[in-house]
Amino acid sequence: MNSIVLQVRDLRVHYYTSQGAVQAVNGVSFDLHAGERLGLVGESGSGKSTAALALMRLIRPPGKIEGGQVLLDDLSLLELPEERMRQIRLAKIALVAQGAMNSLNPVTRVRRQIEDALRDHDVKLTPNERREWIGELLQRVGLPRTAADMYPHELSGGMKQRACIAIAICLRPKVIIADEPTSALDVVVQHQVMETLEKMRAELGASVILIGHDMGLMAQAVDRLGVMYAGDLIETGTIEELFSEPLHPYTRLLMASLPSLERKEAARGIPGLMPSLLNKPKGCPFHPRCPEAFDRCKVETPHLQTMRTKHAVACHLHAPDAVGVNLTAREAA
Amino acid sequence: MTALLEARHATKLFGRGILHRSNSLVALDDLSLRIEEAPPTITAIVGESGSGKTTFARLMLGLTEPTSGEICYRGVDMRQLDSEQRRQFLREVQVIFQDPYEVYNPFYRIDHVLNEPITNFRLAKSKAQGRALIEEALESVGLRPAETLGRYPHQLSGGQRQRVMVARALLLRPRVIIADEPVSMIDASLRATVIESLRNLNRRFGISLIYITHDLTTAYQMSENIVVLYRGAVAEAGDVELVVKDPQHPYTRLLIGSIPRPDPKLAWGLKEQVPDPAHHSVAGSGSGGGAGNGIGRQGCLFADRCPSVLPICRTQTPPFYQTAPHRATACHLYHDSPVAETKQLSEIFIARAE
Repeated sequence: MNSIVLQVRDLRVHYYTSQGAVQAVNGVSFDLHAGERLGLVGESGSGKSTAALALMRLIRPPGKIEGGQVLLDDLSLLELPEERMRQIRLAKIALVAQGAMNSLNPVTRVRRQIEDALRDHDVKLTPNERREWIGELLQRVGLPRTAADMYPHELSGGMKQRACIAIAICLRPKVIIADEPTSALDVVVQHQVMETLEKMRAELGASVILIGHDMGLMAQAVDRLGVMYAGDLIETGTIEELFSEPLHPYTRLLMASLPSLERKEAARGIPGLMPSLLNKPKGCPFHPRCPEAFDRCKVETPHLQTMRTKHAVACHLHAPDAVGVNLTAREAA
Repeated sequence: MTALLEARHATKLFGRGILHRSNSLVALDDLSLRIEEAPPTITAIVGESGSGKTTFARLMLGLTEPTSGEICYRGVDMRQLDSEQRRQFLREVQVIFQDPYEVYNPFYRIDHVLNEPITNFRLAKSKAQGRALIEEALESVGLRPAETLGRYPHQLSGGQRQRVMVARALLLRPRVIIADEPVSMIDASLRATVIESLRNLNRRFGISLIYITHDLTTAYQMSENIVVLYRGAVAEAGDVELVVKDPQHPYTRLLIGSIPRPDPKLAWGLKEQVPDPAHHSVAGSGSGGGAGNGIGRQGCLFADRCPSVLPICRTQTPPFYQTAPHRATACHLYHDSPVAETKQLSEIFIARAE
């Protein structure tokens, strides 16, 4: 887990509406290491899905990638010609989209949909080889070989989602982006689909970016987590660090809002709402909802600062020059 | 005392059309549940998709009729209610649906869904009185009327919209609210607020809740008693503390083991290997949580996926074993326990300590 596969720097995506520009992703930077599983978590509207689409360069008007850099190995994805990017999609960086199971074409068999992907990427195989390859692919994601000759409606939700994973991995990509891959599935099926994804990741040695809003799923499925709020990445760290010692008040509230299976207690919701991205509040975007906000938060936007080797947070409470806050006292409490 | 709302051996089959006449689908199999007038209760109905939980909700709401058995409102079969009783039923039994994005007409302001019940049931004598009722209802679910009324649905978050739905139900002062997956479309951070307002209704206004969900965590947080359905039949039922903390039926264990815990130190999933239904079946053939066929329902419905399956499970339908005073499990593993004397789940349930 040393070499960096994907480098994202200062990624900005805006949506242009009649009321102005919506800053959906507002300068997000992170690294993805080889074989690593990175989670991006946030409420709806936090920009996590937009960030994922931007990495694939799949933002459609009125959206536009305003700036930043995405380096996949040595390729600068945002600068490539469209045709070259088309070749790289799926071959090097693949997406399992939100509600992917509904993205299968309902009137063609699963086999055709995998063949389409192979043909579009100029994979030359004899019909027999192709048949063999598709069968093997389906088996690897835990589907029977016969699923190739079925239509999507003949498959259950979990099986459709696995078929989508099979398509996503058919060219052995280095990076798999999974955007809420299990959001419409039952818990048991969710577990099976996530196991399939993990097995495939391990076999290919690929890296995974998992996008979602379920902290429980993140705790079980990723190595490192980034928390997004209103288009910003506000905290990143290893999953153990983030769960044992969340630093940002938003992260802490997000965790406190999870209902528990151990104790009956009133889980607390986060008061207030995510701000409109059309006119974000000045200063820290979270300050209107933050129980610990102080004067500085209203005027100055905090930036991600590394607290420990792998843990970074964008919050004035943890700034070394914070006024009136004793960090050690806070941690003791 | 007659129960307010009662399912008696409710069974619902769905035909599969002319060609599959013998092959009807059992959506719900012999479910009996009683909601008394008092004390108010919260009952969770839990299962995967295809377990029959929404069919149960639709039966209790009178939206569909049982194939056999009956649903009674104040002792009268739903099919025989006269118009006055029907009207009372429509007022006393309310529903909250899953999708807070789809139940609103986007062209009307939020006020519209709140005014509608007031006009229909003539709850207010004047506009001002109606307005006061609406404001009171909104405040009871934690919404500020000034910030909610006059807005369009798209201007509210999913959590707020769902709470408006709770407020709408509350306007009618119902006795029972049936909530079908009320938080599954809402962000995790906002779920807590909706759950809290539902619990509040129960505590403050004495409204009974039937909470239908696939999410055992919120079911545990909400309810006193729980019914776990698998392919239309009750797998396990009883005191939620017992069922969730110490699940007995292998299916309940599978459900609870599959919940990703928000703690990276805990392992995900069960130690026992559970057969993966995708390997030997396709959708529609029954396994994988789908509803079962009419034929081939002898034996335990879960046998094919069960890690502790016994030979008897494939031939005999397990009876309902009463494994503790307030819990029962339909599983042959518990054959040492006495068979429950009743299929009426409410007699097994733990009563509220008040």
